[in-house]
Amino acid sequence: MTTSTIDKKTLYAYLDEIKDPEVPVLSIIDLGIVRDIVMHGEEIEIIITPTYTGCPAMDMIAMHIRMMLATLGFKKQKVTTVLSPAWTTDWMSEDGKRKLKEYGIAPPNPRQQVCDDKLFAAAESVQCPLCNSYHTHRISEFGSTACKALYQCDDCKEPFDYFKCH
Amino acid sequence: MNNDLINYTLHLADNSLILGQRNSEWCGHGPILEQDIAITNISLDLIGQARNFYQYAASLKADGSTEDSLAYLKTEREYKNCLLVEQPNGDWAQTILRQFLFSNYQYLLYQQLQSHKDDQLAAIAEKSLKEVTYHLRWSSEWVIRLGDGTEESHNRMLKAIDELWRYTGELFMPADYEKESGIELTVIKDGWNKKVNIVFDDATLIPPSGGGGAFMQSGGKQGKHTEHLGYILTELQYMQRAYPGCEW
Repeated sequence: MTTSTIDKKTLYAYLDEIKDPEVPVLSIIDLGIVRDIVMHGEEIEIIITPTYTGCPAMDMIAMHIRMMLATLGFKKQKVTTVLSPAWTTDWMSEDGKRKLKEYGIAPPNPRQQVCDDKLFAAAESVQCPLCNSYHTHRISEFGSTACKALYQCDDCKEPFDYFKCH
Repeated sequence: MNNDLINYTLHLADNSLILGQRNSEWCGHGPILEQDIAITNISLDLIGQARNFYQYAASLKADGSTEDSLAYLKTEREYKNCLLVEQPNGDWAQTILRQFLFSNYQYLLYQQLQSHKDDQLAAIAEKSLKEVTYHLRWSSEWVIRLGDGTEESHNRMLKAIDELWRYTGELFMPADYEKESGIELTVIKDGWNKKVNIVFDDATLIPPSGGGGAFMQSGGKQGKHTEHLGYILTELQYMQRAYPGCEW
């Protein structure tokens, strides 16, 4: 296989092998981080977008993409970061949501519920990824990484991460 | 190259970096674990914004500057952040109030900035706005919780207002490089006052009757800082000064 014969579909499959270092069950395709693949003659450009502006995983993800492209034989390559349109959890794949839940992290709700500046709004109703109860409460809007909030299940009592709507 | 645009971009970057650095001082010292995590998450968002602005400023300058040299290797007078963000953390009330006063401003600013004629500034604002919405909501709720809490927490909020109010006027005084930015500071000021009134009202607090009378400190945007910035830079720049170019 030479670089000129690799089609986009194959490239996406390779990119799907690159995981988010902080949530290793999700690939960068699941997350919706990869926005486009563009060929400029010999040069390949992968366009990505960050989940959160301060996400420390982005540099490592860009490095993994460059290493993967080098392994495939691309000599001229670049990884470009775009900010607009801003990333949203709506771009997360259904497959990604399923994998998150299996991993023990509640996936983002299908519709954004708390993304405005209204105060003391009722916390989003989030399903416990372990026992499936909706009888849960929010402990903190901020969690172990920028993309998560902290919840606890009132039935099985387990605390869990919620990949919050964004 | 357009110097005003570079300076304005650096001003935005410095605001985010210095407040991010200040908030990060809480790491491991927050009043409870969840709020320690909250304030340091806000730090991370702010430092992320700062990186985007510094990267853009470095590309505009095109003189070999990098995001790191612009963040770590400037002298005190070269920082253009407003005075509010460099003020000490004080107690939790003072940190909360500083965050609320600034997030309220940043939220309104980024709303305008996201339709700026400069595409990259607009993109950074659009991207950051979602995060700032979180910061504004979180800090507003805490202002209310403390102001309308116990006698102790209420008094601490009053003290925080005394400490910080004098640094809010500068937010709405345009620096030279800001005048052509297309940002309507008077519109931001109106929205800002409105929000302060709503939140303070719920918090049983009263904004100082500033209206032209209250003395406001200024100078940060032009590089004239309070004594606190030097101490921040000592800590912020230590590694790069002691081990130039160090990475991990």
